Amino acid sequence: MMPRDAAGLRMRKEAVSSRGMQALALGISVLFLVMLLLLLAKSRPLLSGYSLTEVLLSSHWDPARGQFGFAPVILGTFYVTFIAMLIAVPVSLLCAVYLSEYAPGRVRRMFSSFIGVLAGIPSVVFGICALLVFVPLVADYIGPWVGVETTGLCILTAGLILAVMVFPIAISLSYESLQALPIELREASLSMGATRWETTRKVLFKAAGPGMLSAILLGFGRAFGETMAVAMVVGGKNQMPSLFAAGQTLPSLIVSSVGEMMSLPLEQSALVFVALFLFVVVTVFNLLARWVEKRLQARWKI
Amino acid sequence: MNRRHLEQQVALCAMYGALVMVVVSLLLIIGVTVLRGGHVLVTRPEVVVTPPGPRYLLGGGGGFVHAILGSLYLVLPATLLASGIAMGIALYLQSDYTSRRTAGAIRNLLDALWGTPSIVYGMFVLTILISLQQRASLLAGIAALTLLEIPIIARYADAAVQAVPPMAKETSYALGTTRWENSQVVIRYALPGIATGVLIGLGRGIGDAASVIFTAGAGNNMPSGLLEGVTALPVLIFQQASSFYPSVREQAYAASFVLIVIVLVLNVASRLVTNYFARYIPGGR
Repeated sequence: MMPRDAAGLRMRKEAVSSRGMQALALGISVLFLVMLLLLLAKSRPLLSGYSLTEVLLSSHWDPARGQFGFAPVILGTFYVTFIAMLIAVPVSLLCAVYLSEYAPGRVRRMFSSFIGVLAGIPSVVFGICALLVFVPLVADYIGPWVGVETTGLCILTAGLILAVMVFPIAISLSYESLQALPIELREASLSMGATRWETTRKVLFKAAGPGMLSAILLGFGRAFGETMAVAMVVGGKNQMPSLFAAGQTLPSLIVSSVGEMMSLPLEQSALVFVALFLFVVVTVFNLLARWVEKRLQARWKI
Repeated sequence: MNRRHLEQQVALCAMYGALVMVVVSLLLIIGVTVLRGGHVLVTRPEVVVTPPGPRYLLGGGGGFVHAILGSLYLVLPATLLASGIAMGIALYLQSDYTSRRTAGAIRNLLDALWGTPSIVYGMFVLTILISLQQRASLLAGIAALTLLEIPIIARYADAAVQAVPPMAKETSYALGTTRWENSQVVIRYALPGIATGVLIGLGRGIGDAASVIFTAGAGNNMPSGLLEGVTALPVLIFQQASSFYPSVREQAYAASFVLIVIVLVLNVASRLVTNYFARYIPGGR
């Protein structure tokens, strides 16, 4: 028999620890709400002075004169993200198919550690490399090739570097969704005389579609909110986006405006609104990706 | 050769092309950083250990030891804090403590927070700072980084905790342990996964600029106190990279060399640590 107070101590430890852990888990949920509400509250000054449609659709950005139009920046963000996805989606899906369906085990292991390294590289390092490689590439080769004069600090360069940054997440997630499919699917298709590629295209793509869609959505979220690498190469000019001209994205607007931000309360509120917008859009995409993925899991009972 | 096989060959070629593109882009990034940064470090190795001189970002002399120290002071406490909080959350998500539904909801939330751009955390902490009328400081930077790292570490720890065999837990419960004592068994089992999560969180934290650029100050001084401003390595790289002065840009290359070395070392370390902790698991190495 254990002494009484020792048992009491054990029970007290149990009670305290479970309360503490519950508080932490609740705390993280509360944090989410607090972030949302605080950002909302601080963007009130802007939203009470201007209507939401006015702010989102107007194209004039001049904080000193009290004009806050986010249209060029929002368009710029979608433009850059779209270019990135245009390159990253096919490349990532092909890579994932090769790794999952064709590659020998050694190549697979090597490549997955490669992807791990790529995923861990900080975004400023991507930015530096974009400045050293992609900017001259666009300015000296791609620009003249299509007959446009450009400094290289432009929307296209930002899209290119973002594509590279989306690779790891898109590849690893779509690889996982292919791996999760039961082997019987492949066997059934191959036994009907389909080639490997026909099996991949007609059976696996259909079956793993939701997983790949979820990988693409998460990649989109990553590209949409990426700040530093884009801010370094996008040029930082608040104008309607065009492929070879300097532009601006939502995150890079925040970074480049932070110096002036303290002096103008309304601009401060506008930048908080940008953060809120980013937060909401990316969260919607992330939750959507989660939901799509769950549908896949329910279908294959993984 | 018929059409179907031709299509197969074309698809395979496209796959090889995609593979080469990904590998080349990775090699390009590491290669460019190592070559340009390494060149600067070989010719001026002293920049890593000298504090910044006056007018540092305008081409004045000095090095970036202040940013390396600043990064360490920011990331180490943040990772420590985040690991503790994340462990609590991960243990709480077990079925011993809460219902499957609540756990699922919290997991969704953590995933959403994981994907949240780090600049949002930066702006969140900055709005709090402004409301409290405080200046950017080491403490605020640590807070922003902690928020950034919690969901990452929590999800890794959670996956590891979920993978603990039920038999291990049942054996321990059968001996009359409380849930807290049982959790200590669970932690032992989950240690490799948890360690990976902590190191990945650390790597993410040390490379992140967007969350600390407004909250930690980004000044060019040596770190001097919890309430004083500091700068971090990625923030410094960002400031220097587009500089007008070539000598300043070169420091950015050297700094990214240091940063990428840290990240690669963390990557290797996470493998080693995972293998090391696997010895607590029957059947592990």
